[in-house]
Amino acid sequence: MKNTGIWFVRIAFVLLIAGLLFGHLASESYNQTTAKDGVMGFLSLRPLHVSCAYLGIISAGIGFVSMILQSRKSTTFGRRLQYIQLALWVLALTGIFHSYFTGNFGGREYWEFDPIWAIPLFLSFIVFLIYFLHQVELKEKWPVYQWMWLTGIIFFIFTFVENYLWVIPYFRAQFITDMTIQWKVNGSLVGAVNQLIYGVAFYLMEKISGNNKTSFQKLSYAFYFLGLFNLMFNWGHHIYLLPTEKYIHYIAYGVSMTEWIILLRIFYKWSGQIKENKQHYFFFPYRFLMAADYWVIINLAMGILMSIPAINLYTHGTHITVGHAMGTTIGINVMIILASAFYFFKPSFKNGKALKFNSTLFWIVQGTLFLFLISLMGMGVHRAIWQAGLSTDSFSQMMDGSKTWSLSFITAGLLLAVSMGYFFVYILVQSWRKNRCPAD
Amino acid sequence: MATFPQIRTRHFFVFLVCCFLTYSFWIYSVPYFKPNQLTSREQNLVSEGRLVLQKYNCHTCHQIYGLGGYLGPDLTNVYSRRNQNEDYLKAIIHSGVRQMPAFKMSELEMTSLLAFLKNLDATGNADVTKYQPESIGTFTLTK
Ligand code: HEC
Ligand code: HEM
Repeated sequence: MKNTGIWFVRIAFVLLIAGLLFGHLASESYNQTTAKDGVMGFLSLRPLHVSCAYLGIISAGIGFVSMILQSRKSTTFGRRLQYIQLALWVLALTGIFHSYFTGNFGGREYWEFDPIWAIPLFLSFIVFLIYFLHQVELKEKWPVYQWMWLTGIIFFIFTFVENYLWVIPYFRAQFITDMTIQWKVNGSLVGAVNQLIYGVAFYLMEKISGNNKTSFQKLSYAFYFLGLFNLMFNWGHHIYLLPTEKYIHYIAYGVSMTEWIILLRIFYKWSGQIKENKQHYFFFPYRFLMAADYWVIINLAMGILMSIPAINLYTHGTHITVGHAMGTTIGINVMIILASAFYFFKPSFKNGKALKFNSTLFWIVQGTLFLFLISLMGMGVHRAIWQAGLSTDSFSQMMDGSKTWSLSFITAGLLLAVSMGYFFVYILVQSWRKNRCPAD
Repeated sequence: MATFPQIRTRHFFVFLVCCFLTYSFWIYSVPYFKPNQLTSREQNLVSEGRLVLQKYNCHTCHQIYGLGGYLGPDLTNVYSRRNQNEDYLKAIIHSGVRQMPAFKMSELEMTSLLAFLKNLDATGNADVTKYQPESIGTFTLTK
């Protein structure tokens, strides 16, 4: 096993496939009126689904970064670090899923497993940091993606510790501060993981365009700083309703607003840049990157609106938020992951039939994702109207009243799971083939 | 050392990191400067209640201040919404309702959970209808 990076990527796709399955099973709870026991209960399925999704995305980020880094140099020390990192990661995942399957919860939302398993996960990231610093040339001028990766790793470590501050009674003593920290963490962790994944996207852009200038441009650095600023301060929009210190709300509102305007501008320029790239040879990597680009714009538009407190007041706690969460994780993160996977494992199709088949599926994925998100919006708007007091129904009447939307959510979700699952399985199989594009 | 393209970028970076650390530690220090008014016995119960909520994963279906899962109703003010009827809350938690399973928990766990819900209710209001949006995009509590 010379190449541990690829194992992280394989683990990632296994997790994502499992995530689709658990997601579908969880979605069925919306069509039931009684509780299910054990692992089949929503109680277990939701954590299983969300953890598979997040841990899959993180594993993929680690995997691609490692694949790129390990082609730089090969030392015994470096390889040892990689084995240790992988071993700790596998240990953590085993513990986490054991914890879920035996119903041994105790963690917080998105990290519901027994907190003990956070330790190997944390240590694995520390080893990753050492490996990263070992592999890169410290004296050189760094391309922007390398800064993104380093930032992602460091902030993941910092935030992950913060994620477990609640273990200390001092932090649990005041509920409101406790919740504030919890949501600061959730915002920053997503930001840190995005730095890893966006870094990979920048790397791909450089390779696809064959022009390494993009990785040193001002525009790219502007993007980097935006991401950094975002992960540091842009988490407060989750907690507008929480009676925390007022200035936290104002900072959040202010940061969100500047944020999105700049981001739109960058993406406007960025898509102009991509158009000039040599598109045809690396067809699929390019396609998935473009898809991610479009989903960014759509989610951005939603994000802008949802960060305005007066709108957030009505959308929070409804499936509009779920739509935003899945819209960004699937539309942006998973698309970039697929782009990278195609780049490394299957850069081109030799026969026209396969290309056609895969293209069709590509469009089915995009279409069903769109329907999936629309259904969530439908459920969300229905609940928002009820939450705003415009309907006198009881909670259960309200839920029953959105049956049509929830059925379309379940159906679109199933179609999405099947079509996207095809790509996950396909890539997993390709990762064992010998037609790979070596990193660098 | 590896450097950013311009020295100014580096200053900006250091400045951001300092702001971030200050902001973070400021938030951590809030409980120190604003301790709550509970007796230590109540405090223990409430802290334990928070862990009971975690242990039984109530947040997968319920929100608190709009944060958490979506299958059930928000629990922030359930205590006063149900007229502080602890027997009702106990009964629901013990027997379940719709997709909510029946939870078998010890008497102590139940007591701390209820203490937590009671204290939670007192921290503020998560009922959207009690808030008024404003033209600059913010909102205020009008109750
Ligand atoms: C699998 C999802 C699920 C889980 C887990 C869950 N609940 Fe519920 N709960 C529900 C649903 C659904 C309802 C509302 C049913 C209705 O009114 O239609 C509900 C209702 C309630 C109510 C009554 C609310 C009211 O306004 O009358 C309380 C109190 C409650 N749950 C507390 C808890 C606690 C405490 C836990 C954790 C120990 C918990 N629930 C875990 C799904 C869940
Ligand atoms: C790989 C693709 C997917 C990713 C990355 C993903 C990610 C997520 C995330 C991050 C959440 C948490 C949302 C929140 O708390 O706001 C979530 C929730 C959920 N997802 Fe997915 N998801 C994926 C695919 C699916 C599919 C295909 C289905 C259904 C068939 C599905 C069903 C659900 C359900 C039911 C929830 C819980 C919503 C609730 O709490 O009521 N997901 N998903």
